[in-house]
Amino acid sequence: MADPMKIRANVVGDSTEVKALMSHEMETGLRKDAQGQTIPAWFIQNVVVTHDGKTVLSAQWGPAVSKNPFLSFKFKGGAKGDKVTITWTDSKGDKRTDETVIA
Amino acid sequence: MLTLLSAAGWLKPGEALAQTAWNKAAFDTKNMADTMKALGGGEPVQSKDIVFFQTPDIAENGAVVPVGITSNVPKTESIAILIEKNPNMLAAVFDVPAGTDPTVTTRVKMGQSSNIYALVKADGKYYVAAKEVKVTLGGCGG
Repeated sequence: MADPMKIRANVVGDSTEVKALMSHEMETGLRKDAQGQTIPAWFIQNVVVTHDGKTVLSAQWGPAVSKNPFLSFKFKGGAKGDKVTITWTDSKGDKRTDETVIA
Repeated sequence: MLTLLSAAGWLKPGEALAQTAWNKAAFDTKNMADTMKALGGGEPVQSKDIVFFQTPDIAENGAVVPVGITSNVPKTESIAILIEKNPNMLAAVFDVPAGTDPTVTTRVKMGQSSNIYALVKADGKYYVAAKEVKVTLGGCGG
């Protein structure tokens, strides 16, 4: 299982700003190791962010997203104490879900 | 029991879900026309309502290039990042539901200096804006 995400969510005006840093290799499948063997592709494909049971952002990623991906966006609403949950699924079918409380 | 089922190949957790939700055809494309076809859209219209921010003119490290995109196109549904000279053009697609600002920030890899395209789907139509980013150190192949 991958390391936990670092998620921050803050109320900014009438919106909530979400910043997330995920821990993932994001291998492109194009790199070779020291022996000249291709390192297989392994990257996050789907990201879903929910607040109060509602999806506030969903994303599909390719291997061109950087290692340890960063994501930031804002959605309307959200109050201090609410939970924001992020789930990713990678190309091996691994999943990780983390949540944070809006500050 | 789950492990046994996985080993037998009967059950692969998450895989079926990931495959249905991930547009493999679009992520395999190598040029704009094919990407548009895979996404199910026509030729995008150039738009001045799509703005890049936090995106450098010159990126020292191609492995980590910040990209911020805001769409001021009304009824924006999704924002995609495409990198012209990467092995596969499409880097990411963000679906923006109503109530979420049509603004996303992330970081991408760039193999070499290239145009970055911000492709916006709004009210069923596609719009595009480009920004050239020069890379001094490539982000693919280490």
